[in-house]
Amino acid sequence: MTLHIIVLTAFLAFALWAVLARTLIQSTIGLALASASVSIIMFQFDAPWAAVFELSVCTALISVVFVSTISLTNPPPKNEISMLYWDRFKRFAYLPIFLLLGGFLFLTNKIPIDFLAPHIEPEKDFRLVLWNLRHMDLFGQIILLFVGVFGVVVFFKERPKNE
Amino acid sequence: MNNDFSILVNLYGLFVILVFICGLYCIMLTKNLIRILIGIEILAKAVTLMVIVAGYVSNHMAVAQTFVITVIIIEVVLVPVVAGLILGIFQKTDTLDVQKIRNLQG
Repeated sequence: MTLHIIVLTAFLAFALWAVLARTLIQSTIGLALASASVSIIMFQFDAPWAAVFELSVCTALISVVFVSTISLTNPPPKNEISMLYWDRFKRFAYLPIFLLLGGFLFLTNKIPIDFLAPHIEPEKDFRLVLWNLRHMDLFGQIILLFVGVFGVVVFFKERPKNE
Repeated sequence: MNNDFSILVNLYGLFVILVFICGLYCIMLTKNLIRILIGIEILAKAVTLMVIVAGYVSNHMAVAQTFVITVIIIEVVLVPVVAGLILGIFQKTDTLDVQKIRNLQG
């Protein structure tokens, strides 16, 4: 239980850091660390496949995409960074109130969570479920990947200089 | 459900809701396009964690993993495409501030 609490607290702290950090690079690092926390939780819950995907794709690949995007845009001037930070910090001043409200509503059972299982014989092997029960998901994933590739090709296409 | 198990599920439910509120607040109040994308990613993390906990509690871990992997694939596609869109907007308008982008005002 203690380990669960530590990892969950780390997850929330990294998510908050990603939201409130001064620079975009720090936000990206916060997001990557939050993602790594989620993958640790997945290992704890005996979901190794999902954990490996989360760690390799969300922590690594997506962070690289974010860093590349940030490096291709101009950062604001140094004297503006601190002004923008305080401006954003003021806008996030009400966040603790919403967090307390969400926690209160959950703890007083205003947000019910019911995980009662339907009457289905549970499959134990992730690969069997994916191939036998959810094979249309695989087609969907392949189509999505192609959409992503074409999207990137279109958006990163070099335009003629006279445009 | 025994008592420890119930406490564990409630603990995860609480933290998922708190992280979800963080992501939602980030999307609603941030002006920077890249930070909005980071907010969407945080929302996705909260949902992913909830799916895993639900799978663990209902003893359908394999199905939960399948859904999580589908969500991760969607994230992998979403992030580069939206990043490409953001870069396109930046090249045209030279800003990432949503309040300064007036081209789609109509």
